[in-house]
Amino acid sequence: MTGEEIRSMILEVIQEILPDEDVSNLKPDIRIRDQVEMDSMDFLDIIMELRKRYGIIVPEDDYMKLFTLDSSVAYLEPLMKEI
Amino acid sequence: MNSEARIVITGAGLTSPNGDNLAEFRQNLLSGRSGVGKIDTHYMGEVIAGLCDFDPLKYQKKKALRRGTRAGSIAIYCANEAIIDSNLDFFSFDKSRIGIYLGITEHGNVETENEIYNIKQYDYNVDFWSHHHNPRTVANSPAGEVTLNLGITGPHYTLGAACAAGNIGLIHGLQMLRLKEVDLALAGGVSETPHTFGVFAAFKNEGALASHTEPEKASRPFDKNRNGIVVSEGGCICTLERLHDALERDAKIYGEIAGYAINSDASDFILPNPLRQMECMNSALKSAGISAGDIDIINTHATATVEGDKAECKAIKEVFGDDSNVYINNTKSFIGHTMGAAGALELMGNLPSFEDHIVHQTINIDDLDPECVFKNLIINEPRKIDRVDNILNNSFGMLGINSVVIVKKYRE
Repeated sequence: MTGEEIRSMILEVIQEILPDEDVSNLKPDIRIRDQVEMDSMDFLDIIMELRKRYGIIVPEDDYMKLFTLDSSVAYLEPLMKEI
Repeated sequence: MNSEARIVITGAGLTSPNGDNLAEFRQNLLSGRSGVGKIDTHYMGEVIAGLCDFDPLKYQKKKALRRGTRAGSIAIYCANEAIIDSNLDFFSFDKSRIGIYLGITEHGNVETENEIYNIKQYDYNVDFWSHHHNPRTVANSPAGEVTLNLGITGPHYTLGAACAAGNIGLIHGLQMLRLKEVDLALAGGVSETPHTFGVFAAFKNEGALASHTEPEKASRPFDKNRNGIVVSEGGCICTLERLHDALERDAKIYGEIAGYAINSDASDFILPNPLRQMECMNSALKSAGISAGDIDIINTHATATVEGDKAECKAIKEVFGDDSNVYINNTKSFIGHTMGAAGALELMGNLPSFEDHIVHQTINIDDLDPECVFKNLIINEPRKIDRVDNILNNSFGMLGINSVVIVKKYRE
């Protein structure tokens, strides 16, 4: 997947987890949780979706790398380049 | 009894397979409209069941709906509807003085089955087991979801009491009001049971799951050809208040809980015990300070199992006599067995009789079982009677738990 495809996938996952929010205007370099109503259980839903959809296991120590859209893309790009 | 100890029903929110508010539910009972249909369930395919079709987004956001359980969603709908119906000034009510007491037959089966079904596709790797499982399956979950939705900070919990639970939710609410633990009780019961295949499979394997070519005719208490239970979902939550408080705010009063009783069979895991049912009804009558002859309507528990219906009929005859004039009906014939909701829901469907003096019927009796004959069993058509002062509601459950609630027409 390309970086843009990953970004689009993450937004799709977040939209599914937060169906009452409009996530289309999320700023890429600001913590997602600072822009929408997202708690730790919602965040774990993102981790679970990555596991279910793509078999990607994100270790707990790396959770902070998924805090913004940009950092998520940067973290996932090498892991998803063959997908 | 002083007005601080007298507890009245001042509002009701409900959802059943044949109605999502009291007016619609009552109308469908009087017109004989069943709410039973067919659903698909995991591993078993098509089964006969009763589902509700209220709009869950009326009081919940999509995220809360996704996060919570069906029982929680039913409870939230009913609690909101009850508060609106009660006409309470909820905004300014002290939320720490509201208690939520919900009867449940079971909770967590649905959510656990769903997770197992989900991880099956991952070769049972528990890394795919949802982190939402624990909050969804703790036993207080349906009541807790109501607190989150309404910002209620008083006590909340469920009362696990098999199919006696709906009555017990009401009884517990009454007790907490009398103890002055709370000033308003949101009490009743809820059920999400049709969403678990396990309950269907277990009833089927014990020969107690209803079957019929026409689903709306599957739930047939007292009929000679009854063959088991129709599993349904539903909910009914009442606002209970001390009479003193209700009068002070000039509240509408559906009825006064005049008496109640809960006891145990101590005899079998599933088979009912008519002796203990009889004792429970007698205790409730004593608690209400009235005699059997004062009861106008009995809403029976009968679930359409062969043995269960006979046992209850025997118990009623012991208490009321073979020649009693009491009017007898059954709500499960319309909606199936709404499990934890049944006691409160079925009672509420009968309370309008205080005003309209009509006893709703029992449907689906084509060939009355000779062991279930009563002089005034209301069969297939509603009946107008002269007066209704007291209604007795039976709810019994597995492991031998019996509950009886008597509601009387409110008079000063």
